[in-house]
Amino acid sequence: MENNKFSRYGTADKAFLITGYILLGLFVLAIIVPMLYIIVASFIDPVTLQNQGITFDFSKWTLTAYERVLANKQIWVGFKNSIIYSIIFTVVSVAITMLCAYPMSRADFKGKGFFNIIFVITMFFGGGLIPTYLLISKLGMLNSMWAIILPGAFSVWNMIIARTYYQGIPAELREAAEVDGANDVEFFAKILIPVCTPVIAVLALWQFVGMWNSYFDAMIYLNDASKQPLQLVLRSILIQNQPESGMISDMQSTAQRAQLAELLKYATIIISSLPLLVMYPFFQRYFDAGIMAGSVKG
Amino acid sequence: MPLKEKTNNNSLRNTLLYLKQHWQLYVLFLGPALLLTIIFKYIPMGGILIAFQKYNPIKGILGSKWVGLKYFERFLSSPDFIRYLLNTLKLAVYGLLWGFPVPIILALLLNRIGSSKIKQKIQLVLYMPNFISIIVLCGMVRILLSVNGPINMLLGTKLNFLTMPEAFRSIYIASGIWQGAGWASIMYTAALANASKELKEAAMIDGANIFQQIKAVEWPAIKDMVVIQFILAAGNIMSIGFEKAYALQTDLNLHSSEIIATYVYKKGLLDGDYSFSTAIGLFNTIINLILLIIVNQSVKKMNDGKGL
Repeated sequence: MENNKFSRYGTADKAFLITGYILLGLFVLAIIVPMLYIIVASFIDPVTLQNQGITFDFSKWTLTAYERVLANKQIWVGFKNSIIYSIIFTVVSVAITMLCAYPMSRADFKGKGFFNIIFVITMFFGGGLIPTYLLISKLGMLNSMWAIILPGAFSVWNMIIARTYYQGIPAELREAAEVDGANDVEFFAKILIPVCTPVIAVLALWQFVGMWNSYFDAMIYLNDASKQPLQLVLRSILIQNQPESGMISDMQSTAQRAQLAELLKYATIIISSLPLLVMYPFFQRYFDAGIMAGSVKG
Repeated sequence: MPLKEKTNNNSLRNTLLYLKQHWQLYVLFLGPALLLTIIFKYIPMGGILIAFQKYNPIKGILGSKWVGLKYFERFLSSPDFIRYLLNTLKLAVYGLLWGFPVPIILALLLNRIGSSKIKQKIQLVLYMPNFISIIVLCGMVRILLSVNGPINMLLGTKLNFLTMPEAFRSIYIASGIWQGAGWASIMYTAALANASKELKEAAMIDGANIFQQIKAVEWPAIKDMVVIQFILAAGNIMSIGFEKAYALQTDLNLHSSEIIATYVYKKGLLDGDYSFSTAIGLFNTIINLILLIIVNQSVKKMNDGKGL
């Protein structure tokens, strides 16, 4: 703290720092302002919003958009599916990654170099879209949630991070366990995993957020509306301008429908983003720890 | 040579003993990951063969007719090839040049903030966009830049940015920095926090100015990380994401927004042209590999032999 005191800097440095802080402040504003705009706009009557933009005349404010979005079934189906897919994906993926990283972290593991090559090759070379798609369809996994969960469940990059973390754990721990007669599984489950909470938390967070926010795999593999994750429902509302029919069909004119469809976008953005935005600050303390844990040293 | 035989025997016996003792490591620990890797990564590599065939889904790979490099020739000689390639390269290279320094600058600035409370609050805001999905981000971009949207109101114009090919790259790159720079700064911030406090103290007492301090204390603390991140980013230039480009595409901005990844998707899954699409995908992967090797080699040269 002491050495960061502003008064200790020379004049030129002060000017330089102030410029820097102003830029940082502008960056922070650039993040906050668009979000605030969306939040405020989501409450404003569509006609007013289109004609005069944001207003703080509260008589023009309305909850219509929220009522309509929340009354829509497809959004809830999307939420439910996304929660299921993201949780299963996170559990499967973190388990497989942590398991695989353990032998790969041991100096005495025979075949380590060979397996390492097998894994690392897949980081830089792959079959690509169509061969993978043909395989998934041959396996009968089209329209099944496993099509979006299994192919990406093992991430080599995350395995390397977990491996680096294991390597930082004192070897005495394992030697002591071996003296006590514990086998590999017992040591892993009872002693190793409990001291790995930071890296598990970070990997789980990454995988959860990654699955929650992705849409490509679901777009190509899941056709049933009942299986679509939230992002695909959002895509039809936000990108394709095709709100779920029940949301706007009672409006008389095309213009009205278009305005309402526009307003629904704002409410949809807020409702769909809220869960993660409320949750992530609780994970902040793990960010630094996990990143340091995984700071891969080449 | 009885001696060598004996050692061979011994090492074989040792290996068997090791496998017997540690079979769990292979079956339970490594097994699941290996299985997924073989099924979902290596089997599709075999599927690349269809790039050299007139692939017929009913006849399969064994029954389809071989056509050699026909599909590669078709792609390389098509008038759109250069445009898709350039669109991909420009988007990625400009994105890297603009986007790469921002997290480092953010981290250096955050590191100079005296109060850790303020620093934490700023970080919380900087990380926030990372938790917004690509679809929502693109939805926001479309709203903010729409003809009646706030940006046009501010500028007093009625421009439809998303239909302008010349605006696509700026939109893509700027929104990428908006979303990712804060999150990418974490690792630099963490490394800087661990940089020796005493060294910085000493540098300040010596009367070093900010630039000298950064050069002597902060840059060494993050240099390796910067190099690795740069190699990885540069080496992945051709694998620039499908999801965002596709979500920002409109019929009218395709001239600059159609990249190889989106073209592969449209040709393959929308038009069902499996072989052609696979050939383009393979072409893309190979260019990517070549770039990775080039970047790694040149960084090694500049960085005292240290690369990936």
